[in-house]
Amino acid sequence: MTRRAHGRAPLLAEGLFRTAALTCAAFVLLVMAGLFVVLLYRSRLSIHRFGWGFLWSTAWDPVRDNFGAASSIFGTIISTLIAMLIAVPLSFIIALFLVEVAHPRIARPVSYGIELLAAIPSIIYGMWGLFVLAPLMATYVQPEMQKVVGKLPLFSGPPMGIGVLTAGLVLALMVLPFITAVVRDVFALVPAVMKEAGYGLGATTWEVTRKVTVGYGMKGIVGGVFLGLGRAIGETMAVTFVIGNDHRIAASLFASGNSIASTLANEFTEASEPVYLSALVELGLILFVVTLVIQVLAQLWLARLARQAGTIA
Amino acid sequence: MTRRPAWPRKAMDAAVKVVSALAAALGLGFLAWILFVVLRHGAAALNWTFLTSLPSAPGSSGGGLGNAIVGTALMTLLACALGVPVGLLAGVYLAEYGRGTRFATTVRFLANVMMGIPSIIIGLFVYAILVLPTGHFSGWAGGVALALLVLPVVARTTEDMLAMVPNALRESALALGSPHWRATVQILFRACRAGLLTGVLLAVARVSGETAPLLFTALNSPYWPRSLDGPTANLTVTIFNYAMSPYPAWQQAAWGASFIIAIGVLALTVVTRTLARERK
Amino acid sequence: MTSTPPPDVAPPRPAVPETADGTRGPAAAAEQTKISVRNLNFYYGEQQALHDNSLDVPAGSVTAIIGPSGCGKSTHIRVYNRIFELYRDQRATGEVWLDGENVLAPGVDVIELRRRVGMIFQKPTPFPLTVYENLAYGLRLHYRVKGSELDDRVEQALRAAALWDEVKDKLHRSGSALSGGQQQRLCIARAIAVEPEVLLMDEPTSAIDPVATSRIEELVVQLKERYTIVIVTHNMQQAARLSDFTGFFFQGRIIEFGTTTELFTNPKQKQTEDYITGRFG
Repeated sequence: MTRRAHGRAPLLAEGLFRTAALTCAAFVLLVMAGLFVVLLYRSRLSIHRFGWGFLWSTAWDPVRDNFGAASSIFGTIISTLIAMLIAVPLSFIIALFLVEVAHPRIARPVSYGIELLAAIPSIIYGMWGLFVLAPLMATYVQPEMQKVVGKLPLFSGPPMGIGVLTAGLVLALMVLPFITAVVRDVFALVPAVMKEAGYGLGATTWEVTRKVTVGYGMKGIVGGVFLGLGRAIGETMAVTFVIGNDHRIAASLFASGNSIASTLANEFTEASEPVYLSALVELGLILFVVTLVIQVLAQLWLARLARQAGTIA
Repeated sequence: MTRRPAWPRKAMDAAVKVVSALAAALGLGFLAWILFVVLRHGAAALNWTFLTSLPSAPGSSGGGLGNAIVGTALMTLLACALGVPVGLLAGVYLAEYGRGTRFATTVRFLANVMMGIPSIIIGLFVYAILVLPTGHFSGWAGGVALALLVLPVVARTTEDMLAMVPNALRESALALGSPHWRATVQILFRACRAGLLTGVLLAVARVSGETAPLLFTALNSPYWPRSLDGPTANLTVTIFNYAMSPYPAWQQAAWGASFIIAIGVLALTVVTRTLARERK
Repeated sequence: MTSTPPPDVAPPRPAVPETADGTRGPAAAAEQTKISVRNLNFYYGEQQALHDNSLDVPAGSVTAIIGPSGCGKSTHIRVYNRIFELYRDQRATGEVWLDGENVLAPGVDVIELRRRVGMIFQKPTPFPLTVYENLAYGLRLHYRVKGSELDDRVEQALRAAALWDEVKDKLHRSGSALSGGQQQRLCIARAIAVEPEVLLMDEPTSAIDPVATSRIEELVVQLKERYTIVIVTHNMQQAARLSDFTGFFFQGRIIEFGTTTELFTNPKQKQTEDYITGRFG
């Protein structure tokens, strides 16, 4: 057996590979920085023209080139709020079922089914929302709500099916699997002996969950809610299908509205004027910054939790 | 100290358990409902012509979405060709070369954040850097936008999978005098190839159902994709355009396209996850 | 729920074997039986962990359970409050009579059972609540109690656990901020606050430093005035110091049970002798 002469080739290969890996890692940094810089640069026309007032101006007039983000921001907040109000408690109680109530033989497939909700593409939710859920809302749900609560401004106006409320419902369903997964993992990570201590005192499952499990997992649950929030805010297609795409701010949840993402999806390819285009990019910039902040907070929060868990264990 | 009767506590506990089961059933019910609707409407729209021919004129029936199927497939492939190698290498850097460095920590953090950036923002970004300079929408831009969604997912999975490989394996490969890159590619990748494949396939499943990043990049087209230089037909944007149109025939076609996308994405997800579970 | 055992079941037997002349063993003359275990078998899935355990725990005393690790000591006492039922693959057969009531019978109210039979775990388990709320949690579960009465109850329990002086200024701080030994006494306080009759202690000092351990041992001796205590320990000196009765477990079987003095000075079984003289285990 002769020895293979190594020479400098292996060193060179190692150096190349290492550099390639480093470059690719740096590429992630570059993209994130690029996103901000490019969006900022492309919205400069709008920023110059409207200044900070863009954030609270309700104008949206492509003919006179006068734009404001208020209605889109408002719609984004309201639809996200509805989604979170529904999805957070529902996720919590489903996670409770999966971890504390159901037999593992049932919990496993149910858990899998809930996770599959996250695999359904956004546009499919849009189709279902527009062609199935919205007509049901218009015919049954919204008239019933009006009958029950009377003519509150919140539920006034013709029940059209599409609108902010329906968008919130579809969003709730879309973020449900993400929050459920986090809460489920948090529940499962509570040390068994802590639960035993609760049961050992004679507490019921619900009583153990409420004080012991939630107390232990509160921070993790908050992290999960943040992740869900980030998803809901930037969700585009499903919302675009059902929100109605109207730039007015209405008091009624039944009224049409818009969100930042839906405005972009609807109007971007139609925008011919530079100012119009720039205003749309600035909307995108706002959405980017908001989701960035939410994501950064959520990641920092979860990373801190992981560190704490690491030091305890 | 008076005793508290136990029955209200037990009743509360039982009520919570019942409600929790109902909530889980509700979640599954929605899944079943959505799938049922897509299957029913979609199956009605599907036939051989639908899968192989060009779209019909607005309002008229017949025709198909063969071009959109090809376009979606091409752009998904392009996204993998660009996103997977870069993601793999970035993951290798995070797990092997940069472990513990501040730079790697930053990149890992940003990759996590990047996964949560709305896909429409990625579309907007690619529009600004590819569509505006070239002056036209293109399949290339669509593929790049999807690749940017694949990248962080693959990078993070790669890192996680490499991190799970026992250190003894890494050390014994290096102790034999293997260069780090060969140890990584030939030994470590092999040790975790199932996990890597799972990560890549799940990323593919996700981007093949994406719409928002294609709206301002690939746009859509009624023609067969001859190259990726111009607007390129794809299923998801077609669904959006057709669903919003007033023509029943187009709405029907949108259901057909939804069927293909939903079943394709779900099947890929289920198969990948089942395989991943079996290997464990 | 019936409070007398059906006649076809062995009535609680004297705590220790009767001597030849028919009188009870000397140390147990005045003892009443609190817990009678009869033919207890325990399974983790298919695997049997306890074989035909039978013993009598005398009331108002400390009973130690010793044996090499993995011999089923903890498993045995985890049947008394049915805490094992949290895990679906765990199963017990046989009888555990608590004051003439078989706690393994169907229809037993486990919530009330667990109030009567408190448990202390190997590691301290302060709930993620304040010191005060840790105690109030259990109290509120079982009693209508609030305001100053609740405060009094909390204080009483903390005093009984010899913790009051150390925590009276920290009542509203997190329970997990206490030291390990204090946490364990907090858990003891939490358990006795709900006025149990029996305290099960599963190696309560194994995660705690020697100084804190001796404080808990003192506490155990004080507590036996009011509670029947069963303590699992891997520390033979601890068993000898604390307990009135000792059971030696080996491979899921009760090899020997008797007064602590008797068992440590004059073991009847070879295996017991080997274990306490340190020849194995």
